[in-house]
Amino acid sequence: MTGARIPAVVVADIRKSYGGLKAVDGVSFTVAEGEFFGILGPNGAGKTTTLEIVEGLRKADDGRVTLLGEQPWPRNPKLLPRIGVQLQASSFFEKLTAREQLQTFGSLYGVSRQRADEMLELVGLADKADVQENKLSGGQRQRLSIACALVHDPDVVFLDEPTAALDPQARRNLWDVLRAIQARGKTIVYTTHYLDEAEILCDRVAIMDRGRILAMDAPATLVRGLDAPTHVVLQKGLLTREAARGITGVEDAQEDEVSLTISTRKPAPVLSALAERGTLDGLQVRTATLEDVFLGLTGREYRA
Amino acid sequence: MTAFRSLSVAMVKGFLRDRMTLFFVFLFPLMFLVVFGLLLGDSGSDKTKIAAVGEGPVLSALEQTGALELEEYGDEATARQKVNDGDLPAAVVVDGDRVDVWFAASDQVAAGTVIGIVSGAVDKMNLGAASVPPRFTLEAKPVEDASLKPIQYLTPGILSWAISISGVFGAALTMVSWRKKQVLRRIRLAPVSATTVLSSRVLVSVGTALAQGVVFVAVATLPVFGLQLTGQWYLALPLLVLGTTAFFAIGMLVGAFCKTEEAASGAANIIILPMAFLSGTFFPVENAPAWLQTVSNVFPLRHMNDGMLDVLVRGKGLESLLLPSAVLIAFTLVVGTIATRLFRWED
Repeated sequence: MTGARIPAVVVADIRKSYGGLKAVDGVSFTVAEGEFFGILGPNGAGKTTTLEIVEGLRKADDGRVTLLGEQPWPRNPKLLPRIGVQLQASSFFEKLTAREQLQTFGSLYGVSRQRADEMLELVGLADKADVQENKLSGGQRQRLSIACALVHDPDVVFLDEPTAALDPQARRNLWDVLRAIQARGKTIVYTTHYLDEAEILCDRVAIMDRGRILAMDAPATLVRGLDAPTHVVLQKGLLTREAARGITGVEDAQEDEVSLTISTRKPAPVLSALAERGTLDGLQVRTATLEDVFLGLTGREYRA
Repeated sequence: MTAFRSLSVAMVKGFLRDRMTLFFVFLFPLMFLVVFGLLLGDSGSDKTKIAAVGEGPVLSALEQTGALELEEYGDEATARQKVNDGDLPAAVVVDGDRVDVWFAASDQVAAGTVIGIVSGAVDKMNLGAASVPPRFTLEAKPVEDASLKPIQYLTPGILSWAISISGVFGAALTMVSWRKKQVLRRIRLAPVSATTVLSSRVLVSVGTALAQGVVFVAVATLPVFGLQLTGQWYLALPLLVLGTTAFFAIGMLVGAFCKTEEAASGAANIIILPMAFLSGTFFPVENAPAWLQTVSNVFPLRHMNDGMLDVLVRGKGLESLLLPSAVLIAFTLVVGTIATRLFRWED
């Protein structure tokens, strides 16, 4: 490992319009080798188009993309074995079992058939090897399609909303798979509209809205930079609103039917003051999240 | 495994595991072969059934002709009622030396046949009764003619039709479904050429056509149907392959235009059904008006049918392949080129 390595992905000011709609409107970012990079934003933010331009599936109207030091457009066969792409739809061959799907996709890259079982193991589908794709659950299908993207051992993996439409348990299972892939030293570029998920998984995120990147950094840095107050939530009745407002460091206190919510930028002294009053029962502390970052950036609530 | 081989294997597996496709490729056309084969099986050998009243040498002579089947009735009124009702074409009433034939005026052909046979028998009787030696002699001799027994005609026609179904539907549905499910896109992201993907799909279609040929000919040669192949049946193989590529090209064209499987099925049916009827799949196109025969020449199925008939059952040689093959190749090239131009990897 030398420090002189080129970044896995360099995107410089790409643009793409469909008719009058600017789907991607001047997007730039760089992804280092081995990094887990997330592109987040609501539906229609331009995430998928951005990803497709980077993968070489679409031509940008303007701007430059360098992928592993190569141009992905026009279709660059030299680059193809080094990138793995999971498409938004689950693209499989009809009526083939999980193992056969992997063997068929693998053969397009000339990899051995044994590789299929290895991949099934990685995504936790070893016991479903002989099940036909259409009989798998949504989460299992997603894992299979990720396995298909990885079957030829690419350096950079692109995943388009791999956790969309999954139940919470299936999402968490998939997080383990994604972490395992990163542990293998792969560079991962993925899109999601779940901000909480990106916060947990990604080294760095780019928040996109209406074709532009609004902010880009490590999730923790983005949240810290927001300077948003911490919310301390108490059971209602333990403390009056006025008493709460009297505590040093409390900026605001709001009450609803079940709880009292205290906003503060100095949670430590506030918490110790609450402890002195013996009102810590059922207490919850909520710090700012990427959703607050999105709210701060766009002035509107985040809606996936 | 090479990409070509594994793509072919993947498609064959998908094909064999899809009952619906198997039905439309094998059972559906086979049903037509069986139904038409049985329906038309012994047409032409049917005796004409007529009513008969009375007895005597004339009726015995009529029975011996082998052309008429006599249904006996006790009285003239019942027999005539049968003719009046349209159940039987004619009634022969023998009363001593008098022979009356009542016939249905609506069916002139059957009536002519019956009257001819009856008058022949009566004349013979008269001649015998008059003890005059016959001056003219008649001898009937059978000739092998070019018109075919129905099964001989149906098998090549229905086989060609079945191949057009599997060719057009196979290409169109694979293309539409792979594009919709983004399999095409996924393949495009792999270092494999479009030619590899296309040729493996064509190979699967050709294999399907050969399998159809084996199954259909095997069923048609069963004793119930009685197909008899000529010695040069293997000349049909190039036609099977060329026909498949021509229909595959049509399927690609359909697949290029249609966005959903439903639309593609509809479009494929709209092309295949009229083509099948006008190309002589179920009945000889020679019976159709001249202008319709001219129109039918634009269909590749028409030429495939002609070629298949010639080499499978008419016993013609290599030279009969020339025109059909040339037409099918030209068709494949022209339609294939247009389809390639219109091809889209994604919607």
